[in-house]
Amino acid sequence: MSSADWTGLRSIDELSRLDTFVHRRDPRAMALATLAYVAVVMSYPSGSISALTPLALYPAILIAVGRLPVRPLARRMLLAAPFALAVAAAHPLLNRAPVAEVGPCHISAGWMTALSILLRFVLTVSAVLAAMACVGVDRLAVGLAGLGVAEMVAAQLSLLHRYLLVLGGEATRMARAVAARGGGARLPLRTWAGLAGHLLMRSLDRADRIHWAMASRGFEGRLPRTRRLQFRAADAVFLGVCAAGFAAARAWNLAVALGRLTGAR
Amino acid sequence: MNAADVEVFDLEYRYPDATPALRGVTFRVPAGEAVALIGPNGAGKSTLLLHFNGCLWPARGGVRVGGEPVTRSTVARARRAVGLVFQDPDDQLFMPTVLEDVAFGLLNAGMPPEQAQRRARETLDRFDLGGLAGRPPYRLSAGEKRTAAIAAVMAMEPSVLALDEPSSHLDPRGRRRLIGLLRSLPQTRIVATHDLELALEVCGRAILLDGGRVVAEGRTRELLSDEVRMQAHGLERPRGMEPPPSASPAVTVRP
Repeated sequence: MSSADWTGLRSIDELSRLDTFVHRRDPRAMALATLAYVAVVMSYPSGSISALTPLALYPAILIAVGRLPVRPLARRMLLAAPFALAVAAAHPLLNRAPVAEVGPCHISAGWMTALSILLRFVLTVSAVLAAMACVGVDRLAVGLAGLGVAEMVAAQLSLLHRYLLVLGGEATRMARAVAARGGGARLPLRTWAGLAGHLLMRSLDRADRIHWAMASRGFEGRLPRTRRLQFRAADAVFLGVCAAGFAAARAWNLAVALGRLTGAR
Repeated sequence: MNAADVEVFDLEYRYPDATPALRGVTFRVPAGEAVALIGPNGAGKSTLLLHFNGCLWPARGGVRVGGEPVTRSTVARARRAVGLVFQDPDDQLFMPTVLEDVAFGLLNAGMPPEQAQRRARETLDRFDLGGLAGRPPYRLSAGEKRTAAIAAVMAMEPSVLALDEPSSHLDPRGRRRLIGLLRSLPQTRIVATHDLELALEVCGRAILLDGGRVVAEGRTRELLSDEVRMQAHGLERPRGMEPPPSASPAVTVRP
C-alpha cells in the first residue's frame, strides 16, 4: 500500500490489473454474482451461524483463484468493522434468553444474533472487496450499469470511489505534516476536530478542481466506456457455478450435513 | 483543427466571499498567437483561465472564443474549442489508466470507443508516452503526468490551448521538451506562468496581471526587460536579459 493510499482502495483497485480466470470475468457477471451472494447471506434468519459458514467458500475461492493477497483486504474490512460492531453490540444486552450451552456457559440468543451479524459482515464485505479486487471499481460500476442500474447511479459509485481516493490522499498529506511538526506529542481532541474540518475543506476544493477538469473535457454526468462489454461462455459457467453453490448452501445446512457425513456429534 | 481567437472583455469575477478576483480584464489574442499571462501569486491568472470554457462564470463582461460568447448555452462548444491544462496534473488525470484518460474527452465528445482508443494511442505515441498507456496515472513521474495531461487535452484537437503553470513539476529536460512542443503547436496558446524564460521562448506577447487587473501588455521581451515594472509587480527580470534602451513603445501600460 502506497503511503498516499490511506483508504487502501487504490491498492485494491490495482489488484484488478492481475490476469486470472476471475479477473477476466465480465463485470456484469461479477456484479450479479456478488449481488446474489449478498442477497443469499442476508436472507438467513437472525442467529444463523453454522448454516452461513459454507458460504465463506465463495470469497475464499475468489481470493485463491485470483491470487489476491489477504492482508490488504483484511485491512480494508477492519476500516468498516466499527459499523458492524456497533450494530452487533446491542444484541447481547437486549436478548439474554439462553439458547445453547457450551460446558458450564449459557449462550444467549443475543450473542448468537451478534455473532451472526458479524459473520454476515465478514462474508459480504470480503465478497465485495474480492469483487472490487478482481474487476476494479470502475468496471464493477460499468457492470452494474449493464445490469440496468441507472447510469447516473453507476457514475456516482465510480466518482465516490475516486473521491475517497482524493480524501485519503489529502488525509495522508495532512497526517504527514502533523507528524513532521508534532514532535511525537499527542494532539488534543480540539486540534483533531480542527484538522478534520480543514481536511473536508481541502478535499472539497480538490473535488471542485477535479470536476472542472472533467467538465473541461465534456463530462456531463455519465462516465464513458472505453471497452465494450463481452459476456463469454466462461462468464455463464462462472455464474452457473455460483448460482448452484449459493442455492445448495441456502437449501441445505451444508455444515451440519458435512458433520453428519463425518460422524461428528 | 483551426486556431481561434480569444477575446476577453471587461471581465469581472468575485469569489463566493465577495472578494474581487478579476476587475475589468480586457484583451484579445488573435488566432494562432501565443500569449503569456504573467503576474504575482493571487493576480488572477488561474481564475481567468477558468473563464475560457465556462468552469467559472463572470459577474460582468465575458469571453468570446472564435467570435462566439461563452455562455451556458454555448458552453459545450467552448469546452470542445478550448483545451484547458490544469496547474496540478493530479487534478486532471483520474481515469484508471493513461490510455483511458486520454480517451476520456474523445468519448465524451461521442467518438466510438475503438476510434477513441486509436486516437488516444496515436496521441500518446506523439508525446512519447506510448509505453505508459496501460499504467495508472498516479504511478507516473511528475513530468510524465504533466505530459500526459497535455496529451489528454491535445487528443481533443482544441482550437485554443490554455495552460496553467505548464512547466511546474518538470525537470530541465522535460521543460525543454515542453517549450519545443508549445512553440510547434498551431493553436492559439495562452500560458499562465511564473516561468518567465519559458514565456520569453514561447510567447511573442505577454500580459501582466496584478490585483485582478491588466497592468501592462506588449511584446514579451520588452515587458520582461523592464526591471522596475517587473519588481513593482512581484516579478524579476529574467537573468541575462538586457534592460530596454528606453521606454519601449512595444509595451502598453494600463491605468
